[in-house]
Amino acid sequence: MTNMTLEEKKQQVIEDFSMYEEWLDKYEYLIELGKALEPFPESEKTEERLIKGCQSRVWLLSEIRDGKIYFKADSDAIITKGIISLLIDVYSGHTPAEIAEDDFSFVAQIGLKDNLSPTRANGLVSMIETIKKIAGQAGNDGK
Amino acid sequence: MALKNIRDQFPALDQKVYGKPLVYLDNAATAQRPSSVLQLQKSLGESANANIHRAVHKLASDATEAYENTREYVRQYLNAQYSSEIVFTSGATASINLVAYSFGEAFVGEGDEIIVSVAEHHSNIVPWQLLCERKGAILKVLDIEKNGVLSPGSLEKLISERTKIVAICHISNVLGLVNPVRELAAVCHKHGVPVLVDGAQGIVHSKVDVQELGCDFYAFSGHKIYAATGTGVLYGKKDLLDAMPPFMGGGEMIESVSFSGTTYAKAPTKFEAGTQNFNSIPTLVPALEFAKAAETDPSITEFVYRKLTEDERITLYGTGLENKIPLFSFAVKGAHHEDLALIMDKMGIALRSGQMCAEPLMDRLGVTGFLRASFAPYNTMEEAKYFIECLNKAIGMLI
Repeated sequence: MTNMTLEEKKQQVIEDFSMYEEWLDKYEYLIELGKALEPFPESEKTEERLIKGCQSRVWLLSEIRDGKIYFKADSDAIITKGIISLLIDVYSGHTPAEIAEDDFSFVAQIGLKDNLSPTRANGLVSMIETIKKIAGQAGNDGK
Repeated sequence: MALKNIRDQFPALDQKVYGKPLVYLDNAATAQRPSSVLQLQKSLGESANANIHRAVHKLASDATEAYENTREYVRQYLNAQYSSEIVFTSGATASINLVAYSFGEAFVGEGDEIIVSVAEHHSNIVPWQLLCERKGAILKVLDIEKNGVLSPGSLEKLISERTKIVAICHISNVLGLVNPVRELAAVCHKHGVPVLVDGAQGIVHSKVDVQELGCDFYAFSGHKIYAATGTGVLYGKKDLLDAMPPFMGGGEMIESVSFSGTTYAKAPTKFEAGTQNFNSIPTLVPALEFAKAAETDPSITEFVYRKLTEDERITLYGTGLENKIPLFSFAVKGAHHEDLALIMDKMGIALRSGQMCAEPLMDRLGVTGFLRASFAPYNTMEEAKYFIECLNKAIGMLI
């Protein structure tokens, strides 16, 4: 999805998700995404990269190349890993400003948020907030 | 009681989640409520909603009667000597906090020791930690034995002349094993130390006779034993309750108030400050009535136990059928508990996943979390079989 705009990527995810009516199929899809996620270096799994508020452990790492942010992530739970994979796939390769301005509403559109229990939805919210925070900081650093 | 009749009493069981029939296996967190409980709460709200112990009018008198009759009922249920030994609280956590505060104020000083076990729920750890911080006391931890239970012998070694109180669970909410409370209490008493028993799970799965157990305090929540939420009980021996100062001030706990000095009511009123949960406390009666008459089918416990222990991918924590309640905490090699719980939720099965409010025990066992299935008398063998079938499917999706 590297050459697509942020909007196009989000539409793509919504389309991909709409193919699955059953929740178990959506999970199968997320599990596939999770399994396919690029390996995350063990040495990078530090306490400060842990996203707080998730029942499973989620690590997020970012770097800036040519003014664009690239994320890497991992989780010890595979569905969560699929979810974070989906998020970083969408937002990697975009500028801090683009990400900071985004409302992340596509997550609600694919129905992920509503169908997670509040504790798990909080985890998702934490992931989104962390991505936004990283983008915000990167934006400020660049000024 | 036939199972069909039992299920008919629980309206919450007759629903679908994500299009699948609900299989509720998170009973150790909160049990569903029978119609008798739901209806009583409703009818008290409709016809006897008045503050208790105060006014002389009819509604107040009805509400007070329902509340105080419940105290007497609970006294009988626990075989306590006096109804004044039954204090109503909002739950087991509140009961334990009350003791940690009031007993601590009266009896615990700097350098004194308090013993809790490693298998405690946070609610039976943190109040004691707070007390230790307040008083400069020391918290000592009783380990579990290889078989997962607490041993009187190990307690004997840990207890010292500085020990002021021992706080242990009747049944661990993670391991689901019944501890030898009577023997543990005997060790405490040999040293003149009182013992508090966290009975949050114990009250649900065993016949509790506080005199026979020999405990000085017994705490439990209503919502785990089919009563309304926000209800709880603290049993405390009369002489101890009498010697303890009030926990909170205000409302009915006073004898007389003046700016030159306030005197307090006797136990249990001394510990029931403010407006009590009078629409809900009486639901303990039909709830305990139900609990007395119903038991989870032992063949379900045996079946689930066997299925989980014979599967090499699964590690069950808390083994040994002889003192096992129908509560199963387990880990699956290569599959995260959160993933399993998420997938099985979509199959209609309500399970608990995570640390079960027992982080020290998780550390002790070297795990980051579990999946927990806990059964109640209204669960059927078909549900147990469906649970095992879905567990296998979920594992298959993940590894």
